[in-house]
Amino acid sequence: MQRGALLVFLLAIGACSSDAAPGSESRTRDRQDFATIERGRYLATVGDCAACHTDIGGKPYAGGRAVETPFGNLLASNLTPDRETGIGAWSDDDFVSAVQRGISRGGVRLYPAMPYTYYTKMRRSDVLAIRAYLATLEPVHHQVTSNQLPFPLSIRASMAVWNALFFTPGTFKPVAGKPAEWNAGAYLVEGPGHCGACHTAKNFLGADKTSRTLQGGVLQGWYSPNLTGDKRAGLGGWSAEEIVAYLKSGHNDAAAATGPMSEVITDSTSQMTDDDLRAIAAYLKDQPATNAEPARVAANDPAMRAGEAIYVDNCAACHAMSGEGVARLFPALKGGPSTQSADPTSLIRVVLQGARSVATDGAPTGPAMPAFDWKLSDAQVASVLTYIRNSWGNAAAAVSAGDVRSARGSLTSE
Amino acid sequence: MTRMLPPTDVVIIGLGWTGSILAHELTGAGLKVVAIERGPWRDTATDFPPTYAQDELRYHIRHDLFLRPAQQTMTFRTNTNQTALPIRTWGSFMPPNGVGGGGVHWNAETWRFLPSDFRLRSHLTERYGAKFLPGDMTIQDWGVTYDDLEPYYDKFEYLCGTSGKAGNIKGVKQAGGNPFEGARARDYPTPPQKQPYAPTLFAQAARERGYKPFPQPSGNLSEAYTNPLGVRLGPCTYCGFCEWFGCGNYSKASPQTTILPALVRRANFTARTECEVVRIELDKSGKRAAGVTYVNISGETWTQPAELVLLCAFQLFNVHLLLHSGIGRRYDPQSGEGVIGRNYSYQVTSSVDGYFNDKNFNPFVASGAIGMCIDEFNGDNFDHGSVGFVGGGYMGAVQTNGRPILGTRVPKGTPGWGAEWKKAVKDNYLSSYSFATHGSCYSYRNAFLDLDPTYTDRHGRKLLRITFDFHDNELKMSQYLTERLGEIVQQMGPRSVEQKPRKGPYNIGIYQTTHTCGGAIMGSNPKTSALNRYLQSWDVPNLFVMGATAFPQNAGYNPTGTVGALAFWAADAIVNQYLKNPGALVQS
Amino acid sequence: MPTPMRRRELLAGTALCLVGSLVPAEARVVAGALPWQPSAGEPPTQVRPGPWQFFTPEEGAAVEAIVDRLIPPDPQTPGGKDAGCAIFIDRQLAGAYGDSRALYMRPPFMDGAPNQGHQSPLTPAERYRQGLAALDKYCRGAFAGKPFAQLSNEQKDQVLTGLEKGPIQLDGASAKGLFEQILTNTREGFFADPVYGGNRDMAGWKMVGFPGARYDYRDWIERHNERFPLPPVAISGRPDWVTH
Repeated sequence: MQRGALLVFLLAIGACSSDAAPGSESRTRDRQDFATIERGRYLATVGDCAACHTDIGGKPYAGGRAVETPFGNLLASNLTPDRETGIGAWSDDDFVSAVQRGISRGGVRLYPAMPYTYYTKMRRSDVLAIRAYLATLEPVHHQVTSNQLPFPLSIRASMAVWNALFFTPGTFKPVAGKPAEWNAGAYLVEGPGHCGACHTAKNFLGADKTSRTLQGGVLQGWYSPNLTGDKRAGLGGWSAEEIVAYLKSGHNDAAAATGPMSEVITDSTSQMTDDDLRAIAAYLKDQPATNAEPARVAANDPAMRAGEAIYVDNCAACHAMSGEGVARLFPALKGGPSTQSADPTSLIRVVLQGARSVATDGAPTGPAMPAFDWKLSDAQVASVLTYIRNSWGNAAAAVSAGDVRSARGSLTSE
Repeated sequence: MTRMLPPTDVVIIGLGWTGSILAHELTGAGLKVVAIERGPWRDTATDFPPTYAQDELRYHIRHDLFLRPAQQTMTFRTNTNQTALPIRTWGSFMPPNGVGGGGVHWNAETWRFLPSDFRLRSHLTERYGAKFLPGDMTIQDWGVTYDDLEPYYDKFEYLCGTSGKAGNIKGVKQAGGNPFEGARARDYPTPPQKQPYAPTLFAQAARERGYKPFPQPSGNLSEAYTNPLGVRLGPCTYCGFCEWFGCGNYSKASPQTTILPALVRRANFTARTECEVVRIELDKSGKRAAGVTYVNISGETWTQPAELVLLCAFQLFNVHLLLHSGIGRRYDPQSGEGVIGRNYSYQVTSSVDGYFNDKNFNPFVASGAIGMCIDEFNGDNFDHGSVGFVGGGYMGAVQTNGRPILGTRVPKGTPGWGAEWKKAVKDNYLSSYSFATHGSCYSYRNAFLDLDPTYTDRHGRKLLRITFDFHDNELKMSQYLTERLGEIVQQMGPRSVEQKPRKGPYNIGIYQTTHTCGGAIMGSNPKTSALNRYLQSWDVPNLFVMGATAFPQNAGYNPTGTVGALAFWAADAIVNQYLKNPGALVQS
Repeated sequence: MPTPMRRRELLAGTALCLVGSLVPAEARVVAGALPWQPSAGEPPTQVRPGPWQFFTPEEGAAVEAIVDRLIPPDPQTPGGKDAGCAIFIDRQLAGAYGDSRALYMRPPFMDGAPNQGHQSPLTPAERYRQGLAALDKYCRGAFAGKPFAQLSNEQKDQVLTGLEKGPIQLDGASAKGLFEQILTNTREGFFADPVYGGNRDMAGWKMVGFPGARYDYRDWIERHNERFPLPPVAISGRPDWVTH
């Protein structure tokens, strides 16, 4: 352990170096340490490693799946025990270095699409448990050339500069004075859960805007909502139980998960323990809120009047005249972080293309919203979204026809 | 050239109500199930979203969700003296196509049959004597009783979330429900729908005449509901685009809204759509089904071997397939022998139109099954001793739609076009109403199904031929029911009333209902039935045949509730009896 | 036509890989999850004003004149012509309805009993083409060379009544058949959703008080004997959807 600690220390101060540090070999792996293997399997679920490292229709963890970044595509690597194309020949330290410092075997720097900036917070023992689990998988011979970025971003060594600017390595430190459940939730959210990877806005170099942690962000054409205690735009209006229900099934009385969050629910959070979900909820409910009063639009604004007519004629049959929807079937538009989001990207997308909400074994319905792109003009989509964002006590910035036009353009060019 | 697929435990022909129920029950028992559906996959948000489902022309008039006659149809004649001609465009009934089958575009009127309906011949003979029935009436007892089926009616209603008010719980009559219904274990899963204006006036008039009106049991739900599979439905919004249409907001019970979301998640279930089964394959002995042969949308022929074959298509197609597969002895109306094609029956409906002053019925605030009904004149609920017929039906104010292309009415004598017509349409749209009777149709020796000698489908197979007409018994019944209904409507104080009893001959071109029944009926005697009481083929024990195909005759109710109950009943027999000991469940 | 899916959009779960190579790719296999794609569905295509797509100019003029007598204009409500019924019929005949492609049109065609349904080999398009030609020939013969469109209203009504009830026979076409065809299609055009070219500005719906493509009447189910106050809405909307 002492040697390992020294190693971490050396790596931390040598962050700009591209030298690989010699690691401890783990030739002896206890193949019957079932507890560790199961813990690793569970943590891999929490971290949703398969979301990137298992290709669609591919073998588990064999890599090859494209991860889209604003800068181009990367293909996730093969994590099976194959010695040539997977991580079978890696040492534990190789693995920990990759996961927690973004430095892969042989000193190859990883891009933060692999969220090492979050996994750095994990306990080494947790990371090694994941390693132990991965070592039990079927080895798959699958060569993956991860780097598909355009030049000059394809120069990995440039990550050294990025890390120097934006990466603070270090294990999670429990916050004194907070209950154990809060700290457990903090560990999950800030570490393996890597929620901020979507839910924290990024700067132009793709790093977290740390002053806006968990206050929402746009990624891959979806807006991930604000998870702080903001009463309008965040989870301030949700109880801890509603957060837990949402993570468990993708549905609670007011909301339904769709888009990229669907997969997070089915592959990760729906398989977590209730205790862990409650811990996450406790942590999120305690996140400070800005509660900034947003721009609001008056009811007699022409867009609001048109929006009301559109809403009554198109939306009320599911979402109700009152905006309250139907519990666990049609999301409520009255209140909630989705409707009053700072950024309307997800709202526009869902109205234009429709959306299927997530289905789990416990809640298999998966109700879907139809597409309106053929039926409503840009101005009409803007009007009805402005209307729902400013009715029934809601207040949020208006949506413009221009917002809708550019969203429509980027969706059809996908 | 036919290509052979890897075998499966169960192949299901048709993924409608019964196919979905059987698939869910059997995958739940651990079997590998492949469902083969002739039509396309159908899904709420894709195929009938509330962005364009409200289209009377497309769905009600151009039949967009239904089977195309160009793909499959039947020929029709009134009697054996006539040459049957093709049904070139649908009229009298609307055969379904696609996943969900008729469950997508039904009204969702969800009735149970009466206890006496299940032992009809015995019951009528006991009460009125053997000579009371016409000699050519071939009604039979079903081989199951209402009490056998009660738990399965319950299961279907709780699957659907049916909205209603029980009339008889464990023998105790309940005010506000149907006083004639068979006893049930518990109330409906959701309360009855709220009623629009005309049904409440009808109910009042019915009460004044001494009847006991009750809300029609409805699969358009009165409130949001999560069924035992964990699938959730929403509350009906009375949109008036219900029957003939798919429901856009998850509030009409259908395979889509009650079963399919849970079923498709099962690893042991696969659906193949746009594949038309053309034959059930038998082994060399002819006593065992080996699987099915189907043609896919590209025209390729495949054979799917299976241990168990479930024929779950719509009634007419079930019989068609049995005939083309050489299963069971074909019915011969001359000799009265044979079973496949025997006892074809239908439904006998009629209406009474009322024209009112100073009443605004808002006919467009509607759903397929909403309404108030009375059951005093159904089945044998009243003494038939001197009326000159047997059978009966429910009647009531069922407010399904106010769609203007087909839903306007003008008083008798109004010209069919021109200024006077236009004015009459306008003046009467909100203040006129059609009330309905929904009567039984019993079976007769000369009402049957067989294969047409002349016309073929696109695969070269002979079309199914329907030989059917209304008999005096049914026409007398319809006259009687219509008069009773007319009295109640008169009680409502209209300006004028027009009674429209069903008249012969049966007209294949005018829509009535899609409640075609029989042709491979269930019973106790293999000489007069094709299926035993578990809907298992007497001839081929690893073949079960679902649907209204099994009805020996039709009762005075919409058939789907009973179709669903029988499917659950048969599933229970398959899982708990057949799988443990494959073979005939009833000794013939 | 659904937009091509981005890889990450296969999330909501489309069909898993086909089972082995034996199942043909064309079979629409569904297993594992409900299929879904963004922008899925088949909404109707809006009929646009423009030249006739089926009718010749003369046929179009005749049909416009016919629909305007079947549903004449009055001070409150347009007639069939201004409501767009002839445009509706033209576009219908130019499409799937016109050629009966969904119907069973195999021979032999035989006259049946009245209760055996339509047995004519004529598609609607053929019926209009033949029928209107025969009608034109009849009118020119009976009215000193005038086509139907140039007759007086009384004369038009007289001809239509004659076709409907039997006194007028057409050479090479069924008079009753033509009349019933046009009457049916005129009513369809007057009351169908305006997306199909008729019921312009929802005139037919406004006439009777049908609210159109609405889908939520929960606030109205127990409001008995009260007039529904909202204007009708079509699939493509209503004027209030536009900011002004």
